[in-house]
Amino acid sequence: MSDGGAPAGGQAGNGGSGGVSRTLHVPMLARVEGEASMHVVIYDGRVSEVELRIFEPPRFFEALLRGRAFTEPPDITARICGICPVAYQMSACQAIEDACGAIVPPPLQDLRRLLYCGEWIESHALHIYLLHAPDFLGYDSAIDLARDHRDLVERGLRLKKAGNAILTVVGGRSIHPVNVRVGGFYRLPTADELRGLRATLADALADALATVALVAGFDFPDLTHDCEYLSLRPAQGYPIDAGQVVTGGGLAFPAAEFDAHVTEEHVKHSHALHARLHGTDPYLTGPLARYALNSAALSPLAAQAARDAGLGSVCRNPFRSIIVRAVEVTYAVEEALRIIDSWEGAAAPSVPVEPRAGTGYGVTEAPRGVLYHRYRLAADGTITDARIVPPTSQNQISIEHDLRAFVQARLGLPPDELTRQCEQAIRNYDPCISCATHFLDLTVEHR
Amino acid sequence: MTGSGTTGAAAASGSVAPPRPRLAVWKFASCDGCQLTLLNCEDELLTVASEIEIAYFPEATRAVVAGPYDLSLVEGSITTPGDAERIHEVRQASRRLVTIGACATAGGVQALRNFADTYEFRSAVYAHPEYIKTLADSTPIAAHVPVDFELHGCPIDKGQLLAVLNAFLHDRKPPIPGYSVCVECKRRGTVCVMVAHGTPCLGPVTHAGCGALCPSYGRGCYGCFGPQDHPNAASLAGRLTFLGMPGQDVQRVFRTFNAAAPAFRAESERHREAG
Repeated sequence: MSDGGAPAGGQAGNGGSGGVSRTLHVPMLARVEGEASMHVVIYDGRVSEVELRIFEPPRFFEALLRGRAFTEPPDITARICGICPVAYQMSACQAIEDACGAIVPPPLQDLRRLLYCGEWIESHALHIYLLHAPDFLGYDSAIDLARDHRDLVERGLRLKKAGNAILTVVGGRSIHPVNVRVGGFYRLPTADELRGLRATLADALADALATVALVAGFDFPDLTHDCEYLSLRPAQGYPIDAGQVVTGGGLAFPAAEFDAHVTEEHVKHSHALHARLHGTDPYLTGPLARYALNSAALSPLAAQAARDAGLGSVCRNPFRSIIVRAVEVTYAVEEALRIIDSWEGAAAPSVPVEPRAGTGYGVTEAPRGVLYHRYRLAADGTITDARIVPPTSQNQISIEHDLRAFVQARLGLPPDELTRQCEQAIRNYDPCISCATHFLDLTVEHR
Repeated sequence: MTGSGTTGAAAASGSVAPPRPRLAVWKFASCDGCQLTLLNCEDELLTVASEIEIAYFPEATRAVVAGPYDLSLVEGSITTPGDAERIHEVRQASRRLVTIGACATAGGVQALRNFADTYEFRSAVYAHPEYIKTLADSTPIAAHVPVDFELHGCPIDKGQLLAVLNAFLHDRKPPIPGYSVCVECKRRGTVCVMVAHGTPCLGPVTHAGCGALCPSYGRGCYGCFGPQDHPNAASLAGRLTFLGMPGQDVQRVFRTFNAAAPAFRAESERHREAG
């Protein structure tokens, strides 16, 4: 294919040279952030190819960061994704502070975690209610869903708004917050401003628990994957803003070793970069991975909600990721309340960060998975090199792998129904295509 | 638990309601943040959806209602040959076309390529740059098709978006003033960060709309709403220089999210190349 950009295209085509081949092509995936299409080739009754094609135009962030000041990545990289700008700001700050040897004191780290909780709540509520629940309930959109179940959609919007309230108080605004800087914040929220969030968050906690109960009752297609999971694991608590990188296979390494373990490579017939562990093994990052590797670190209430929803300590059905997201929303709301209630102020909104020559690494948990940043700085703080590995790119191989098994088991379905189910399956991974243009798939099909 | 109603928009609403205006939301090179602003209207979204038929909005719905559309909101800049063609199709299908955000109105942060060698940019990020179809420049929508209104911001402001929707649906002029962020600072009583603290601030040349957010956080405006209607960028640059900002930094502050907006571009070109 080309990088296209045009969403036009046929629903299903066929062709092929010899054998009976069927091509299933969904030209524009709806309800994902960004633009992508899915391409499945079925040859003689077997799924021979599955491609998640990302035709989002590349924006060359790593190139345009070169020559910029070391203070600029939080604002610039936020613009990679309007859905998870805080994730970009946090990974960027961590990496630059690492390069400069700056230590951000615990109160400011707490405030960052609070901000990040806001993004998790907002992004997960958006995904659960506006993007994914309509699939499970048989609607085209949340707006259609609201015609029959207005209360349910209103609950989702209320929850989403609670996340945005945190982002607005701590960050200044919900999309591309202005208050984040290398070294901390421009201004500390007042104790009154933080306390003002309490009532909203108390309601949000009830909404989050109701959300877990709601999604636990959905019908889940059978699908079990055995892929490797990768997430962060902090010294205590559930991974959001910090931690070592760990895998189900027992690896544990700091951000500085990310490049040594995770390689991106070009696969045959595609110029999409695919992340692998040690050049061979695909892996999955995001809610299922975080949960499998950290479920013991959940708060008692979130852990109970997970048990009530029927989740074990590990969940290997990608469709059930919607339950994990709801459990994570519960945790994030509780965590936000905990930080607000224990807030005793900070000595200053930020610590000074002096530039020096060197390389710094940052890795945090965006709502949809691990987000890695690396910057190389000149002595005056000018960026000479940048590398950003977003979660969707890391997940692409695993998504395609899961889809292959999923489609194979459903070849008898009518094309429209198969298409719909595949779209639903892709949304299990909450792909954020705007972030993942590195993985632009430019395979030219000859069929 | 499985619901019903998977198709056509009209079926559920019965027969008496008059046809609602049809809205389409389009995306080009962007971060999705401006269209997310529509979904961030948590208190208004369902009301908006009852007044307007959201006919095409892939970020939010699977349903596609064929054009023409009464109003198209366009997010993102034109950076590929395919998109340069697609925007003409969007224009033809739209009675009114409003661009939302810095990408669509000024080319966005990705327009930093306009000052560099785009082929080198491709090589820096991709091992096979020859397979990346991209244009040398990132350009705003108005460089390709007539635009009825440009809403500024990186991201746009929620209140302004609702005001624009309201205005276009009632054939009124959008109530969006073109003055500077300074006016908003004065209105909210924020002490001038540049006068009082010597903090560099692009407020005097930047389009209002955010509510003067950054100065209220003790930070200088960084120009994410792009140039105001009558900016005197040279005068501000002189002030920044007076405050001790090196030439390359003066260039950088004009080259961020609205780098290709004519007033910011021209001013940045008067200052020394960075690095």
